[in-house]
Amino acid sequence: MPDSPLRVLIVDDEAPARRRLRDLLEDCAAALPLAIIGEAQHGREALELLQNAPVDLVLTDIHMPDMDGVELARHLLKLSHPPVVIFTTAFHEHAVQAFEVNAVDYLMKPIRVQRLLGALQKVPRLKPVSAEKLSQLPTTARRFLSVTERSRVVLVPVEDVVYLKAELKYITIRTSQREYLLEESLTRLETEFGARFVRVHRNCLAARDHIRGFERRVNDDGDAHWEVLLAGVQETLPVSRRQQSVVREMGRETAA
Amino acid sequence: MAAIIRQNPNQPALPDFRNMGTILRVLVAVNLGAAVLAIARAGQLSSAYAEWIEATGFVEPYLLLVLAVLWAASPWLSRLSFGVGAGMVALVTVVCGYLLHEVMHRLAPLAPGTLVRWIVFGLVAVAILLFYFHLRARALSPAITEARLQALQARIRPHFLFNSINAVLSLVRSDPKRAEVALEDMADLFRVLMRDNRNLAPLEEEVELCRQYLELEKLRLGDRLTVDWNVKSMPGDALVPPLMLQPLLENAVYHGIEPSSMPGTVSINLFLSRGEVHAILKNPYRTTGGNHHSGNKMALANVRERLALHFDAEASLESRVTKDAYEVHIRIPYRTEPANSATGVPTVTGPMPGADDDRQRGVSARLGMTEAARA
Repeated sequence: MPDSPLRVLIVDDEAPARRRLRDLLEDCAAALPLAIIGEAQHGREALELLQNAPVDLVLTDIHMPDMDGVELARHLLKLSHPPVVIFTTAFHEHAVQAFEVNAVDYLMKPIRVQRLLGALQKVPRLKPVSAEKLSQLPTTARRFLSVTERSRVVLVPVEDVVYLKAELKYITIRTSQREYLLEESLTRLETEFGARFVRVHRNCLAARDHIRGFERRVNDDGDAHWEVLLAGVQETLPVSRRQQSVVREMGRETAA
Repeated sequence: MAAIIRQNPNQPALPDFRNMGTILRVLVAVNLGAAVLAIARAGQLSSAYAEWIEATGFVEPYLLLVLAVLWAASPWLSRLSFGVGAGMVALVTVVCGYLLHEVMHRLAPLAPGTLVRWIVFGLVAVAILLFYFHLRARALSPAITEARLQALQARIRPHFLFNSINAVLSLVRSDPKRAEVALEDMADLFRVLMRDNRNLAPLEEEVELCRQYLELEKLRLGDRLTVDWNVKSMPGDALVPPLMLQPLLENAVYHGIEPSSMPGTVSINLFLSRGEVHAILKNPYRTTGGNHHSGNKMALANVRERLALHFDAEASLESRVTKDAYEVHIRIPYRTEPANSATGVPTVTGPMPGADDDRQRGVSARLGMTEAARA
């Protein structure tokens, strides 16, 4: 579809940076038909916008409050038609190295109009960067987990998660409100979020902040094991024999 | 300038007897020496305590008397050459020992030979300490200190430079006047950042620099950044290490304002209290700061070390986290330019090539102008 204009979304937390990018895009419009669909101040706002107005290209800053650019790109992959993402950055030595290594497209701020035009012309041939590659970029743990529900992307703030439980193909995200289904690997989540969650069972990560305590239970056949008591939810989680040390370590903290 | 860093590296010089650091070192060293001597004389530990109590009876008044005389004579002593000065210090020690002995002998008769023992102890202490301060001055000699200061000179975050250029570029089309002012602010800021910053400079220059820096940040961050200046009782003429506050404000913006989309306030409080200049900087403390956490300590350690190089133990920098704010408190002695070198504000209005001093004054005059033009 060479005739339809390229739809672009601008994401940056700094108003002057957005204005500058808009000016440059308008300069490019003469050489390449394009439409600026909107502007967003951070990742969350961008995602909200994109639910209703699909675009071909997202130009996003990396450093942003609430949700940074790399996290945004990861969530965008959950959209039914994920846009191409090109990162813009003022200076971020490590990020730039990682972009080079992973061949992720980026533009250095201040952006030159020729560079921008070159990038825009490449967009129809580009594919969205894979989640695999995005996870290679230096970024902190995500602030949200994203799940697709009725073709919309729903964000679950990580601090609301009580526990994550792997079941067959999916992971169940449990918050005090409800459950969500997530298609990711529990081991990856464990590495990404580090100290926030603790593995209590082969298939289960519990949020440290939500652990109220532990309770000793004896089965009908006489086997004893520990159960994790959680704040905000009724159900308890069994602690596997292998993870018994967690009870000792955390028990001391909760008792104190 | 009564800073710890002396001007001539190779000539030995007397220490600054009015510096808290010097006084503290002397007190500790002499008391340690007296304690060691007491133990050595007693031969066995059980009687060492009694020996030490007896020794302090003369060591403390003797030491305090000598320090008081040296404190009083400090301005005069500092004008002498090292040899004559050291002789004077030895003379002070002998005379003080003699006088003290006379007074104490009258109160309670002392054993014969005490006077000689006192004076020998005093002179040995003087010799050791002068040698120690000489070595210390050499270790901190300008050649080495300068190298360290150069390395320590606060470096602005490249992140800030490029974001600011980007912000100015965004103004060029829509608001060329503001773009001009912003570029002028940037030029002034970088002039100060790149010049030789080894000498102390008036606090008002630092404040002006900080204002320009924060103007640039406001350009980028808009309503997210509010600055609360409290400088009514600030001693503008107090000498401070250049770039004492700017790197800390940069930290405040980077860690306190940028990680959140909510507006925040950076507050600066400068005042004079009991001969000390206090600077208290506050910014919101964000626990969910994304990837902004690392690298916080750099600027803090940098400013702290430069304060130590200039003022030794007389300056301090403390930081603390309260419930929702991060606070840095700097305390430095209030010192001003000696009257003879303060020749009034020159009337230059542009940067002048030439001596360092002229260049700095030129900048400060220009800073005043830009501020007036903006008002």
